[in-house]
Amino acid sequence: MKQHEWQTPKAVAIPKEGYFTKEDGRYGPVFPKTPANYGFTVIAKVKPGREAAIREYGKTIEAAVTGAPNVLAPLKLHFLRWVLFDVGNGLHFMYQGIFDTDFDKYVEDAIALFNSTGVTTVFVNLEGFPEDWKTNIPAVAKFFHDHQRPSFLEYGEYPYVSTAEIKKALALKASFSEMLDQIQ
Amino acid sequence: MLELDDIQHYLLARPHATIAQYNFITFKNAGSGRHWIGALLDTIGVAKTVLEANPNDMRWVSLAFTWNGLKALGIDDASLATFPEPFRQGMAARARILGDTGNNHPDFWEDKMASPDLHAVVILFAKDREERERCIKVHEQYLKENPGVEVLSTLDLEAVPPLDYVHEHFGYRDRITTPVIEGMGIEPTPGSSPPSKPGEFFLGYPDETGGIVPVPLPEILTKNGSYIAYRKMQEHVGAFRDYLKEQGSTPEEQELVAAKLMGRWRKTGAPLVLCPDKDDPELGRDDQRNNNFDYETMDKKGYGCPIGAHIRRMNVRDNSVSQIMNRRLIIRRGGTYGPYLPDDAPEDGANRGIAVFAGCADLARQFEFLIGVWANDPTFEELNERDPFAGSHVGEFDFAVPKKPVKKKLKGIPAFTTLRGGGYFFMPGKRALQYLASLK
Repeated sequence: MKQHEWQTPKAVAIPKEGYFTKEDGRYGPVFPKTPANYGFTVIAKVKPGREAAIREYGKTIEAAVTGAPNVLAPLKLHFLRWVLFDVGNGLHFMYQGIFDTDFDKYVEDAIALFNSTGVTTVFVNLEGFPEDWKTNIPAVAKFFHDHQRPSFLEYGEYPYVSTAEIKKALALKASFSEMLDQIQ
Repeated sequence: MLELDDIQHYLLARPHATIAQYNFITFKNAGSGRHWIGALLDTIGVAKTVLEANPNDMRWVSLAFTWNGLKALGIDDASLATFPEPFRQGMAARARILGDTGNNHPDFWEDKMASPDLHAVVILFAKDREERERCIKVHEQYLKENPGVEVLSTLDLEAVPPLDYVHEHFGYRDRITTPVIEGMGIEPTPGSSPPSKPGEFFLGYPDETGGIVPVPLPEILTKNGSYIAYRKMQEHVGAFRDYLKEQGSTPEEQELVAAKLMGRWRKTGAPLVLCPDKDDPELGRDDQRNNNFDYETMDKKGYGCPIGAHIRRMNVRDNSVSQIMNRRLIIRRGGTYGPYLPDDAPEDGANRGIAVFAGCADLARQFEFLIGVWANDPTFEELNERDPFAGSHVGEFDFAVPKKPVKKKLKGIPAFTTLRGGGYFFMPGKRALQYLASLK
């Protein structure tokens, strides 16, 4: 059987800057694709007294995706992780996302989705989020770049595989099982 | 409501012209440049008068400036710094972002389009050749009177025969879909995008967010203005026809390959989603039907219109691909240049193609996204392809044509086009032009 890239687990150590060579996108440097695909880890300080408001929006997103399962589809996401933590210098919010496309390409789609699903309401509870976020896309993109903490190691058990490929493989498996049932 | 008596006509009204000329200009000194603008002012038609289509009023000149041009005219540094980064840098500096690589790279551009001395473009429409000659003579006189203004290059444009339908050199019918702006009293045809908020194309108006983006300074210069992104695309008609012949053994098969690459039948523009197997000229002509389709519910897998077809990449129509198509629209203007190559003639090596401007309010969000991501990103919808016409090619990408039981691959799409020049210009309103002319 032909050896495929996804069969060999892979780890990549990333330089401090977050990229190997600097490539500018429309709104700043483009971060590279790794065995764990594209992604970002945005960490920002929460404005005092806003913890409950942020936690509440977890439920808002849950409801939005339940109501319209494809609502986040344009972002080509694998996973999102939202974390609130305080290691002694105030409450911080971490937004970690794994994508199949680099953030720069779909930044306007992301901002529009943040607005339509209420996620922006989370961001306005963070220090430094631009007041004119509704109309100033470059300022919002800059906020994400400024608060991005790039990985220095990323690992993929099935490297570089996209969400679409995973879904296709699972659909094929399901169809195949169905076919085997049919020919019993 | 749009100030139609101030906004230049270019993006809002099409004059009844058959012929055009672009003049690319450099200013050797600010005074001459301002005086030249003053001389041209009366010939620059605003939207209101051109929309009225008075046969005796053929003031169909349009004028736009690069960032270097505004600088050369004496706009102060503090104001210049308020313009967005793509415009300040210019198209050549954005080549990597746009995907303008290989033969499309600015190193190979012609007409001095990559030069920092490129300061302005004058777009002249004329009803016929005679009128164009008259206008050119008048302009030559203005240039004589303003020796600090020089022409870097010119490009003549003329419709390609046969003249019974609007098309480019490959023969594809053009101008089927164009954005409609709210308040202009025009209803979009069924299936087209809803009317756009004026701020998507003109500075100083509410856009689709409902807000008004602050305009660059000074406001008198930028209110009612638009950015226009220029692309001069050479069309390799011989290579295109050869490719069709390689892929299809009969004229019908070749025509189907041409249609699959575009997403519409070549001569009629009838969409493949609605007539996948055979051209339907009547449907193509009917603007109540020729745009009335989507992909998600009507052709999800691309059995009619391939997912990588030009019209499906440039106007995605599907919510799962983009929920903000209304923020990615551009108004396309322009025409064909170079000699017509008849259907039965061999490739003659002549430079022919399209020279178009894409009008928008935000170069990064609208124009650069369309070219950099939807035209040139191989990962678009997991295709590992580029747009067959608007993308950069050296034959390394295939083009998938979904088909039952298994998809067909059009192998090694060659460069049907080569980018031969480009630039970012700002097209101000008429008051702004008066302001520029009167600067001291």
